[in-house]
Amino acid sequence: MRAEVLLAFLAMAAVSYGIRVAGFLVGRRLQEHPRLSTALDQLPAAILIALVVPLLARGGPAEWLAAAAVAALARWVDFLLVPLAAGVVAVVLLRGVL
Amino acid sequence: MTLFSEHAAGARAAFTAGVLRCAPVALGVLAYGLVFGALARQAGLSFGETAFMSAVVYSGSAQFVALGLWALPPPVLALALATLLVNFRFFLMAATMSRVLKGWSRPAVLAVLPWVTDENWAVTLAAGERRHWGAFFLGTGAMLYVTWPTASLLGYALGGVVADPKRWGFDFAFTAVFMTLAVGLARKHRAPLVWIASAAGALLADRLLAGSVLSNSAPVLVGGLAGALAAALGPRARNAG
Repeated sequence: MRAEVLLAFLAMAAVSYGIRVAGFLVGRRLQEHPRLSTALDQLPAAILIALVVPLLARGGPAEWLAAAAVAALARWVDFLLVPLAAGVVAVVLLRGVL
Repeated sequence: MTLFSEHAAGARAAFTAGVLRCAPVALGVLAYGLVFGALARQAGLSFGETAFMSAVVYSGSAQFVALGLWALPPPVLALALATLLVNFRFFLMAATMSRVLKGWSRPAVLAVLPWVTDENWAVTLAAGERRHWGAFFLGTGAMLYVTWPTASLLGYALGGVVADPKRWGFDFAFTAVFMTLAVGLARKHRAPLVWIASAAGALLADRLLAGSVLSNSAPVLVGGLAGALAAALGPRARNAG
C-alpha cells in the first residue's frame, strides 16, 4: 500500500467525520429551542423527500410508474424487501415496454 | 435477573432488529460495492488500498467521485474538497441523531458517528423512536459496514460482473428504499407544507446543479432546510402517531 494513497483516504475520512460531528453538535444545540426543535422533528422526513425527489427527477416514465407502485405497496407492507424487490422488477419490465 | 442485564438484552434485541431491518438495503449496497470495486481496480488501486478506502472513507458517493479525480500522486486537497461537497448532506443527517443517541456518552457518540450514512440513517429514522433506538441504529450501521467493504473487495476480485447496474434495475434500488421510507415517515407525521417545501427545494437544487460535484448533497441540503424552515414557520404539525 502506498503511503500517499492512504494519506489521501485519511484526509477524505477526516472531512466526512468532521461534517458529521459538526452536524451532531449543531443538532443538539437546536433541540434546546422549542421552535427549532419542531423543525428538527420534521427534518428526517424533509431529508428523505429531498433524497428521493432528485432520483425521480433524473428518471423517466418507467421510473415514475415503478416509484408509484413502490409508494402504493409501502402503504401496505412494512417489510422493506417487498417494495424494494417489486420496484426493481417493475422498473426492469417498464423500461423494456416504455 | 438484574435491571442491568435486562437493559443489555433489550439493547441486543434492538441491535438485531436494526441488522434485519437494514438487510434488504444491504442488497442495493452490495450491487454498488461490486461496481465500485471493479472501478477501483481499473483506476489502479491495489486490493489493500481498496479495502482501506471502503473501510475508512466508507462513503459510496465520495468514493465514486474520488475515482473520477484519481491521479498519482493523489490530489489530496481536491479529494478532500470533493468529499466536503459530496458529503455535506451528512451534516443534516447527523443533526437529527441526538434523539437517536439520547443518553449516550460523548466518546460513544463520537465512535458511532462515522456510521451515519444515507441508507442506514434513513432506515433508523423511518423506524421511529423506540427503546434502545441507538442500539437499533448500531445494528443498521453494522449491517452496511460489513457489506460495503466486502462488496468492494468482491467487485475488485471479480472485475466487472455488475458493470451495468441499470440492466438489472439495481440503480432503482435506492429510489425504492427512500420512497418506501419516505411514505412510512410521512404517514406518521402529516405535514404537507414541509413535504412540498422539501420537494421543491430539492428539485430546484437538482436542476441547477445536476452533473456537478454538488449534485449529491445540494438537493438534500436545500430540500431538508426548506422543509425544516416550513416546519419552524408554518402551523404546528399534527402528529398522527
